[in-house]
Formats: sequence, structure tokens, C-alpha cells
Amino acid sequence: MGANLDINVKHLTRVEGHGNIVVNMTDGVLEKAQLDIVEAPRYFEAMLKGRSFHEAAIITSRICGICSLGHQMCSLQATEDALGLEISEQTVLLRKLLTHGATLQSNVLHAYFLAAPDLLSVGSVFPLVGTHPEVVIRALRMKRLANDIGDVVSGRAVHPITPVPGGFTRIPTEQELLTIKTRLEEEMVPDFLATVDTMEALAGAIPDFTRETEYISLRNDDEYALYDGDICSSDTGRVDPHEYRRMSNEHVVSHSTSKHCKVNRSSYMVGALARWNNNHDRLCDVSLQAAERLGLKPDCYNPYMNTIAQVVEAGHCALDSVAIIDKLLAGGLKDEQPNQEPTRYGTGVGATEVPRGILYHEYTYDRQARIVAANCIIPTGQNLANIDDDMKKLVPEVVDKSKEEITLQLEMLVRAYDPCISCSVHMLDVDFIE
Amino acid sequence: MANKPRVAIFDFTGCEGCELNQLNFEDQLLDILAHVDIVEWREAMDDRAEEYDIAFVEGSLSTPDCITRIHEVRRKAKVLVALGACAVQGGVNGMKNTHPIDEVRETVYGEDKYLFPTLPVLPLSAVVKVDYNVRGCPMTQIEFLKVFTSLVMGKTPVEPEHSVCVECKLNENECVYEKGMICLGPVTRAGCDAHCPGVGQYCTGCRGLVPEPNIKGMEEILVSHGLSVDEAWKRMELYNAVKLEGVK
Repeated sequence: MGANLDINVKHLTRVEGHGNIVVNMTDGVLEKAQLDIVEAPRYFEAMLKGRSFHEAAIITSRICGICSLGHQMCSLQATEDALGLEISEQTVLLRKLLTHGATLQSNVLHAYFLAAPDLLSVGSVFPLVGTHPEVVIRALRMKRLANDIGDVVSGRAVHPITPVPGGFTRIPTEQELLTIKTRLEEEMVPDFLATVDTMEALAGAIPDFTRETEYISLRNDDEYALYDGDICSSDTGRVDPHEYRRMSNEHVVSHSTSKHCKVNRSSYMVGALARWNNNHDRLCDVSLQAAERLGLKPDCYNPYMNTIAQVVEAGHCALDSVAIIDKLLAGGLKDEQPNQEPTRYGTGVGATEVPRGILYHEYTYDRQARIVAANCIIPTGQNLANIDDDMKKLVPEVVDKSKEEITLQLEMLVRAYDPCISCSVHMLDVDFIE
Repeated sequence: MANKPRVAIFDFTGCEGCELNQLNFEDQLLDILAHVDIVEWREAMDDRAEEYDIAFVEGSLSTPDCITRIHEVRRKAKVLVALGACAVQGGVNGMKNTHPIDEVRETVYGEDKYLFPTLPVLPLSAVVKVDYNVRGCPMTQIEFLKVFTSLVMGKTPVEPEHSVCVECKLNENECVYEKGMICLGPVTRAGCDAHCPGVGQYCTGCRGLVPEPNIKGMEEILVSHGLSVDEAWKRMELYNAVKLEGVK
């Protein structure tokens, strides 16, 4: 007699957006194990048509509040590529600093507020305010500082204001950057080390599950690639970002308002674990030591470890932010105006790492610098097929457990990807069908 | 209120940036939690509730399911507060309404366009009674705290009715038009302390229109500063397309 299982989690909690987990096993035969994305579609690609190049990043930032900085960076890259706008080294450094701040903020939010409650068997972060106040206060302090980087450099951490095509509308002052640097060294670094202690104590509760897949992230020669680089597949190596369509193959599936993607296999993974697998050799020593303590080894095939990879990466973001500020101040801050004189009109591509993985924007502009066509490929959308494939391997492996345990393990799996469903539908609920 | 108010937070069609801004109250989050019981918040917790004193609702309405859900939220809530531009006036989602719906669906989903139902975008107030607004994209945290504190203390929050230009003048900002840029400050409702002009950007109109806005006058200003009539309307419609339907 094979097992029967029917799981149906509607509007999964502690994720960004709306999704359902649906699992259906009859007499030991797994008929369905998938994440249904039910987020209301936004139709951004359609809304962008006819819009001025000044508005592209303002609009696409609104795809997602949590990833707004990443969308803006990617949008600006695509617009600058399409219109031939050169940007200064200072602009690149400020954008890299912003990318670190946003990655740090998001990773801390996910690890402490969305994932840790599972490891402590509570339903949200709020009970932890009473039971683990020092941990919650530390998480809030880390988030505050990460957001302050966004406030200082981009005018506002959620939906940044000052980054525009060709540069910035306002350059931060030397004093503002020095204050951030001091706080990174005096607050963030000790808080990061304490975070590693906390996560080490919780890491035992991370499920032991492995499924090797294709890992795709940016990679470049000079640094741990977040802001820019080549597209790198663990299966087939590096290609130019302009090849992004070949490296995503976005297609519609009926159970998800977010499209699915595949390249060399039936699915691939993007995000912190993919970055770790492809780029761990570019991380700073503090992050590598943290990885060792948290049991994260190169070529890790356990998707639940994505949360740990996010924590490891946070240390790198903090320390590299200090290095970037040093570089900015050593050169002396220049009060530059953004370069907004197009030198050509055509198609351009942006590729950047946002906390949940690699993000692509592509725009085509007419001779009035208005958008004719737009395409955005979102990390969570790229992960959906991989999540479905994980669930199809996981359910038969844990089928002897109680339905509650299986449900929790499936919810934790989806949460480990830190999905951003608003983004992907430009989602999450669990449905078990018995 | 004698007991702690029971608060629930909901998200409809939007980016969840306003909700994220609530988790970003790093300095005040613990104080806020001391004064209310959060009984439902899908983005942050597992619990679900049957009724609540205050519902904060983010996002606009854009599918049949959204309409069913907002009626349920309204039924269970004593006070309903719209959070952010999408909920208050339709926000960026409203731009969808400026294109033929079939073309919109085909642009994104191609020949699979009929798989997913969609409606013209509506703000919450088009379907249910909204008691208070917290405006902006994203909602501003200071304003949220004002509304939140007022409600917890049993007072009535008051919305500003003047334009962003007034706040720019009070802050002694150089007029954005003097810098050779355009700006929607003249028709945009204040309350943000003219934050964007303060950091070198133009006002994009995220807080919605002032009561009785002079749209024709705004169009003339934009056109006199180099935009075509079509471009002028596109700029005004960025956050306010739903409100401007039928005005053009």
C-alpha cells in the first residue's frame, strides 16, 4: 500500500507575495508537487511602452519594494547600454555601495524575520521579541544601518530617488560616508559575527536534503559579482549579459502567473547559494570563516542552505562597503551631474544580482528616447521550476513523516529561496491535494 | 481604546514596499508592538484572524479575487486604512488602464494571455469605504506613525490639502523648474516634506492629486517646458492614471 497525501497551503506566509503549495500523492504515486503562483499580474512590460528614459527606472523600481534598488540598478544599466550613456567610476562605486546595502538589508530581513522563526518553531518574529530580545534588537540594528546606506546614498532605501540614467541627482557628502563607514566597522562587523554565532546554534534545524541542479549567477574577474559581470552557469561557464535570453528561456506555465525558466536542464537555481557555488573564491576571509563555521561548503546542493549563504554574503557586503567608501574618499568626491545626452538609440541589456538572484532588464528605445519594447526577467521566476523539481524529489523522501511535518518542510523549502512573488509576477501559498 | 487595538495588515496588487517600510521601523517597531496586537500579517507571520480593529491595506484591486478579498477585509475591520499610492489612488498599476486590456495581456503573456484573469485597476475606495489614507510611493514612515498614533489614541488623522510646492517653498528649495527639469509639485498633494526635490529629483506625483487640481494648467506648464502633450499626460498619469480617466 503506497502513501496518500494531499497538501494544499493557500497563500503561504512569511514570503513576499501570494503563492500556494499543492501536493497530491495517491497510493505512493506523486501526481502533483508544485508551487502555484497566484499573485495578481502587474503587466509592467506593457506599462513601460511609450515612457521616457527618465521614467524607466522609476517605474520598474515599483515591480518590488524589497528589490527596488536592484531593479533600479538593472534598469539604469539597460537604459545606459541602449542610449550609449557613459558613467563615471564614482557612479559605479556608489552603485556598488548601494547594492551592498540592499543585499545586506534583504539578507538580514530574510534570515532573522522570515527564516529563523521556522528554525525556532514559532510562527513569526514577534514571539521572539519576548523570548530573544537581544537577537531581535541586533537584527533591527543591522537592518537600520543597511537601510541608512540606501537613505544616504540614494535618498531613500525603498524606491530610491537619486540614482538616474547617467549618474546621481545628489552625491552624498564626505561626512555622511564617513559616518556610515564608522558604523559599519563599529556596529555591523560585531553584529555580523554575533549573527554567525546565532545561526550556528540554529543550523542543526536546517533539513538535510540535496538535489544537484544548474547554478546561474553573475561572475567577474575582479570581485564577488553583485552589481555587474558576465552570466555564469555551473554547467556551461561564462557568457556576455547580452546573451541573457538564451540563459533564461522564459516561458508561460498554466499554474503560475509568473513565467518559468530553464537553460541546460529542466530547471536552474539563482540566488545566494548559486552565487556561493559559482563565486565563493571571491569572498573575503571573514565570510569564508563564517561559511566554515556554518557548514557551508563549496558546491553545496542543499537549497535550504540558501539562507546560510545569504548570511555568509552579508559579511562580505559589510566589509566591502568599507573598502568602497575608502576608495570613494581617497579619490575625493566629485559633485558630478548625470550624463543624460544619448549617443545612440537602440536596445540595451542590464544584468545585476539582487538578493534573490540574477535579474535582467532589456529595453528598446526610439529616437525620442521613449521605450518601444521592454523585458524583465526576475530571479524568483527563474527559481520556480527549480522549486517544483525540489518538491518532486523531497516529497517521496519524507512521505513517512506526518502531514504537518511534510507541510512545514515544504513551506521551509519555498521560504529558503526567499521568493519575491510580486517581483516574479511582475508569490506564495501551499496546497496539498489528497 | 481600553484594550490594545487588534491590527491586521493586507496586501493586494502592488510591490509590498509599503509593508516593507513597516518592517523598516527599526527604531520604533518594538514601541509599536507594545501598543497593538498584530493579529494577521501574511508577509511576516503565520496567524490568521477573524476580526480586527484596524486593517492597513496595501495595493490596488486588479483581479476578481481582489474584489472578493477586499470585501472580506472590510467586513472584519472597524477601521480601514489605505497604505500607499496603489491602494489610495491606483498608483503605477493604473498605467495599465491607459492601454487596451487585450494588448496589455498579449504584451506580457503572448498567446497564453487568457490564462490569467485581470480587470482594469481600481483604488480601494472604488469598491469599499476607506476611512483614512497614508499616501506616497512608498508610504512615508513619518506619516504612517502620525496616522497610527492618532488611531491608537482615538483621534482623527488629518490629511494635508495643499500642494508639494508649498513644502518646497517652506524648505527654501530652488524650484525644480529653475534647474531645467519638469516637476508635478503644483498638482501633487503635500505631506512628504518635498523629499524628492530636496535630493535633486523632480516630483513624480506619487502622493496623488490635490483636491480640485488644475490639470489643464499643469499640462500647459509641462508643454511650455518642452514636453509634447502626450508626454505631459504620460508624466501626470505615472501614479494618477485612474484618477485622470475621463479628464483628458
